[in-house]
Amino acid sequence: MTKADLARVVYERHGGISNKEAAVLVELILELIKKGLGDGEKVQISGFGTFLVREKKERKGRNPQTGEEMIIRSRKSVVFRPSKNFQNGFS
Amino acid sequence: MTKAELIEEVSRVSDLTKKHSEIIVDTVFKSIINALHRGDKIELRGFGSFRIRQRESRKGRNPKTGERVDVPAKKVPYFKPGKELKELINQTQEELAPPSPAEL
Repeated sequence: MTKADLARVVYERHGGISNKEAAVLVELILELIKKGLGDGEKVQISGFGTFLVREKKERKGRNPQTGEEMIIRSRKSVVFRPSKNFQNGFS
Repeated sequence: MTKAELIEEVSRVSDLTKKHSEIIVDTVFKSIINALHRGDKIELRGFGSFRIRQRESRKGRNPKTGERVDVPAKKVPYFKPGKELKELINQTQEELAPPSPAEL
């Protein structure tokens, strides 16, 4: 499933907007979540899950191609914690 | 940011009613959940991808009683941030970093 597929579902389920507008809205929703995370905020979507910015520590790693040892600098990453009802659908 | 705040912002930017914005936001997240339940992978360029990861069964302990319990294998939804998202959240850090000697 891609952004275009998501836009099609939004378009099909709701009258009053065009397919193009649906695509813009899907993009807007993703951009707003990104902006929140970029500001260091956590983004909590009830019934879906929470996106958190996590600090990853500096560690030693290896270049898998050359085997050369190198330092992987500390950096931030996004982790997603699915909400309970999202998780439960798979067990 | 909560879902309510996200809906508020979608409504403000798009000029749609709050009710309509809520339906659209809910549809997006429900569609992602449904796709994963069907076994589909979701790839949202610039944002990231969602897929199902298999967790093996393991031995755990009940944290209250200390009793050993078998934790069964399970499938969990997994999000992998996209390149653009990773760059965005690391941007501020890089900008604040002192300039390297070469740049001075």
